[in-house]
Amino acid sequence: MDPIALLVILAVIVAVAAVVSAPLRHRREDTRDERGDRLEELEARKEAKYREIRDAEMDFKTGKLSEEDHKLLDRQLRAEAMEVLRAIDEESQ
Amino acid sequence: MATVGRALLILALVVAIYGVLASLYGARRGRPEWVVSGRRSVYAVAALCTGAFGILEFAFLRSDFQFATVASHSSTTTPTFYKAAAAWSSQEGSLMLWVWLLSLWSSLVLFLTRRSLRRVAPYATAVLLGFAAFFAALLIFLETPFGLNAVVPAEGNGLNPLLRHPSMMIHPPMLYSGYTLFAIPFAFAVGALITRQVGAADWIRATRRFALAAWFFLGIGILLGARWSYAELGWGGYWAWDPVENASLLPWLTGTAFLHSIMIQEKRGMLKIWNVSLVLATGILSILGTFLVRSGILDSIHAFGASTLGVPFVIFIAILIAGSIGLVVWRREQLRSENRLDSLLSREAIFLMNNLVLVAMAFVVFWGTFWPLIAEALTGNRRALGPPWFDRYTVPLTLVLVLLSGIGPVIAWRRATASNARRNFLLPTAMALTLGVVLALSGAAGRPLALAMFVVGGFVVASVGQEFWRGVVVRRAMTGESPPGALVSLVARNRRRYGGYLVHVGMAVLFIGVAASTAFNDARDIRLVTGSTTKVGDYAFTYREPTSKISVTSNGRLEKITLGAVMQVRKNGRLVSTLRPSRSYFPSRDDSLGPLGRFFEGEATSEIGLKAGLRGDLWAAMTPDKNALLPQIEEGDRVFAAAAGKLTPQVEAQLLGQALRGIAKSYVANPPPATFRLITSPLVTWIWLGAIIVFLGALIAIWPGGGDRVRQRTQARYAARVAKDLGRPARGPKVAAASRSAAGGDART
Repeated sequence: MDPIALLVILAVIVAVAAVVSAPLRHRREDTRDERGDRLEELEARKEAKYREIRDAEMDFKTGKLSEEDHKLLDRQLRAEAMEVLRAIDEESQ
Repeated sequence: MATVGRALLILALVVAIYGVLASLYGARRGRPEWVVSGRRSVYAVAALCTGAFGILEFAFLRSDFQFATVASHSSTTTPTFYKAAAAWSSQEGSLMLWVWLLSLWSSLVLFLTRRSLRRVAPYATAVLLGFAAFFAALLIFLETPFGLNAVVPAEGNGLNPLLRHPSMMIHPPMLYSGYTLFAIPFAFAVGALITRQVGAADWIRATRRFALAAWFFLGIGILLGARWSYAELGWGGYWAWDPVENASLLPWLTGTAFLHSIMIQEKRGMLKIWNVSLVLATGILSILGTFLVRSGILDSIHAFGASTLGVPFVIFIAILIAGSIGLVVWRREQLRSENRLDSLLSREAIFLMNNLVLVAMAFVVFWGTFWPLIAEALTGNRRALGPPWFDRYTVPLTLVLVLLSGIGPVIAWRRATASNARRNFLLPTAMALTLGVVLALSGAAGRPLALAMFVVGGFVVASVGQEFWRGVVVRRAMTGESPPGALVSLVARNRRRYGGYLVHVGMAVLFIGVAASTAFNDARDIRLVTGSTTKVGDYAFTYREPTSKISVTSNGRLEKITLGAVMQVRKNGRLVSTLRPSRSYFPSRDDSLGPLGRFFEGEATSEIGLKAGLRGDLWAAMTPDKNALLPQIEEGDRVFAAAAGKLTPQVEAQLLGQALRGIAKSYVANPPPATFRLITSPLVTWIWLGAIIVFLGALIAIWPGGGDRVRQRTQARYAARVAKDLGRPARGPKVAAASRSAAGGDART
């Protein structure tokens, strides 16, 4: 085998091994936990709920929802958003 | 260099396998350092694949014929532009491209989610690395791109002439980007199923943009393939229901369904089984697409087949299918819907119908594509289903799909009332019906399916136009912006919604083009002598004169002989265009043929004559009568055979050039009749324009950046409103500011 090729391959193996094994050599505590996961999920739910409120408002303003329907839907969506916010509060405490 | 390339691939395989194990161990044992190490394995695989692919590309660019794949797919005379693309014209090069793209997209998504999706990401990492390991193993054990020739040839075979088209430079990377990007939502769905997180919104949020990007790239790839077929293959069409075309369409259809139905899961927590099944099916269909184009199990114009890959691919796909079904069944309890459909008159219901139509189309395409194998298994005879079979089912389904894409934007989420629906549908319906009546009176009534497509297409354009108009009016009323300013800010504030609407318009325009160009085209296959005229539709095509050309490469080698025609096209006696179709003959490398005969027995490509316009295309392809040249070719070959061994290579090349020029001149001086395929086809350009609108809309929906800031501001306002309802102080400066604003009654959209 070409010695230069051999050197290149060895250098690549060493570099890859160093990069991949670094986390095992320098262990760091994971700051995230189950609560963090739950919060992350709730944040995503909250965002989706806000998007839904915004879509309903846009639907109302562009005439796809009557005022009455919009009020009803908006109240329902805000109640759902409040549930999510309460859950976030509980997880955060 | 080949040794280094092969070593990089072996190392990539080893690292991928290590990464799978490290990720799974870290996830199961709660050891984050192993999870991080697994993620870093993906980055390392990407770097190693980049190195290996770089070596292969470099070999192609410098025409290093020591590499067997370079010698068989390129030559010193191949233009540099095509040398770079020649890498993926080969079986091994295209698999290398696949794994390289997969490693890059995998690295990107895992880098973006490195601080989130703690439970799902390790399993997704394992799945993505499993894919990479499979393809790396194929490249090492079955189809190596780094195989060497024992004897280095002085010249390579060159790139298949059919692939010398600009679309072919971009078409495969686009298709493969689509396929590999669909692996990402697949992998995260598997992770979500394993960790019981499938109902969670976070993994969907993290991978949705990748699913949209996959859809975008796969769509571009499909369209470029259609354009290549139209401009290069000489049959005059852009879609033939070829198995390989169909293979790319399958994941695109299920991916389209997923992009719609996932919104229902995000908003309502519904359709979880459906969504996860769609995303898993899309991932598997992407692998199936690669398998079809690479295995050659079905007859296709894309003849890249090599049976060595069949067995491993079938085993791999079987594992994916069995694993996916097993996971869905295992987690069926977590996949229950949180809500029910409120009303059949709602956007959710329309999305559901759209999903059913798309999946039905995917089933039809799947059945038709695999029918030859099914028929062979059942009856022993392999029979293919042609375009009429596909059209019988896909045309009505497409009509319904386009109609739904017009209904969706004007109907509200959750529940729409009949009076609102009437108000929203009135104008688009009236416009579409008026268009239908006008077109029916203009002669379109004879083609009811095409007329129906024009009507539903018109309905889509009108309904989306109405949506943009109303949105702009609302924005202007709130902000006092100019109409263009209001339009830009309307779209910027909700890119997903308005980008999606634009996609619907583009699809409608595209299908109007398809309907018009298939229902109202005139085609004629005819033999013509010079000076004769034939009528095609309203146009008179006259074969004015023959042409011929000998092309020589940069190093003086005879590359091809081109025989063509000058065709004048007149309408009502007025000259509207001059077309120059031709056919190029590339020499065969079969030494048993004579030096002149070789030029007419190798690959041949059609260069079409095309006059494209918004109203319609004039299209011409020609095939010269080679038989008329046979006596001269055979005579020349006899002379060369008699002089064999007496001539130096230089003299032989010189005489060969003279002989070919003689044949070319005689063709022009005494042209035999030529066979022409002549087509006049309306609105073909609308297909390409529609596609551009589709991709523009998709780009708007995908593009990261300012939209996030707008979203944050808007969300801060809603957070403030909800916080007010909760009777608690608003958090954060943005929310606090929005709270003060909301208190003043300013809740802008």
